[in-house]
Amino acid sequence: MSIVRLTLDGKSVELDTSANSSLLRAMRDAGHTRAQGACEQGECGSCLVRIDGIVQNSCLVPAAICDDATVETVASLINQDLADAFVKHGAVQCGFCTPGFVIAAEAALASATELTHESVRERLAGNICRCTGYHAIIEAVLEVSQLRRSSTR
Amino acid sequence: MGTTTSPTNVEDALEALASGARVINGGTDIMVPINDGRDNVESWLNLRKVKSLHHIEKSGEGLRIGAGVTFATIETELADVAPALAQAASTVGSRQIRNVATIGGNVASASPAGDSLLPLLVYDAQVELTSLRGTRSIALNEFFVGPKRTVREFDELLTAITINDLRGSQHFAKVGTRNAMVISICSICARLDHERGTARVSAGSVAPTPVLISSAEKALLSPQGSAEFSRLVVEASSPISDHRATAEYRRHALGILAERVHRKLWQETR
Repeated sequence: MSIVRLTLDGKSVELDTSANSSLLRAMRDAGHTRAQGACEQGECGSCLVRIDGIVQNSCLVPAAICDDATVETVASLINQDLADAFVKHGAVQCGFCTPGFVIAAEAALASATELTHESVRERLAGNICRCTGYHAIIEAVLEVSQLRRSSTR
Repeated sequence: MGTTTSPTNVEDALEALASGARVINGGTDIMVPINDGRDNVESWLNLRKVKSLHHIEKSGEGLRIGAGVTFATIETELADVAPALAQAASTVGSRQIRNVATIGGNVASASPAGDSLLPLLVYDAQVELTSLRGTRSIALNEFFVGPKRTVREFDELLTAITINDLRGSQHFAKVGTRNAMVISICSICARLDHERGTARVSAGSVAPTPVLISSAEKALLSPQGSAEFSRLVVEASSPISDHRATAEYRRHALGILAERVHRKLWQETR
């Protein structure tokens, strides 16, 4: 085991980890449970985090290579307008996939390109939800996209 | 105890590699069996901080793509100069996978289904391998020796992919169970350079390695040759049945993709 020191949502934390442990497992073993774990093979997106500015699956990153990294979870990355839209559209049911969807959606919303129904689907293709059926999530993201564009005009 | 080395230059990386550390950059492939308990790593050689591996250099009609360049970068930055490679890159996994997954990892992993390998084959790409003993360049076509097996020696680092000539119309296509996030059931890439009268075609997931199909080049050069082209591509394939598809389905789908790609390339060149 070795100790990895990183910044997690603005706080310095130490994770006790082995070479084989993903960042996801190391975080959750230490009680930091904002990233969810499900498939652990990069298919479901429930473990999304941003590491040094890049959105990625925390299940596919060894914790050992994250020394000195800046890691952000949904707690750092969600904006109120998206939270409101998720509630308004019923884009949350059991909530398990929500942190991952929010991170993928915020990354899509931050991109320069104008979002369409199709591009939102494409941007969220790596996140799996087993209860809402995606429609409500896509509607929520599209609404925020329009809101943010009209407010910056 | 496990150790992690995070060098900032290739020389330091080569030292760590020679001592037996496991190379990681994106990690999207290597971590799956580890999470599953089917693989075990003692020490990591983390390439994420080796800046020189993350550059694309354009030279004449060609390119030098650092092994650490991600598919997200290729998808956007090479859409005009290497359209088939950009198309293939855009079909790799999800956005979050493409944000970190690298072309060097795709080549070194040598999966018969590796998406970027098909365009690189039709570009006659070379693989640059660097070790403490020196640097050598090998044709990608000679790099793969079997499923997930290459001629790379354990102390060699795949540092770049080089391409001399990207000219010609080109197209990549693959079949999977979804429109996104799929490992290909079968895939094809073709390049047609009218002016020079050259053609290349490659196929994936239909043989132990991604393959160049030279027997179909002549049919690709003929505007009326789509049926013949399709037949020759299928004839050159040797797919197996597995959990993703049967060999019969793979041959069927490959034939259809071949016909479509032939038609598309000739439409573009008119």
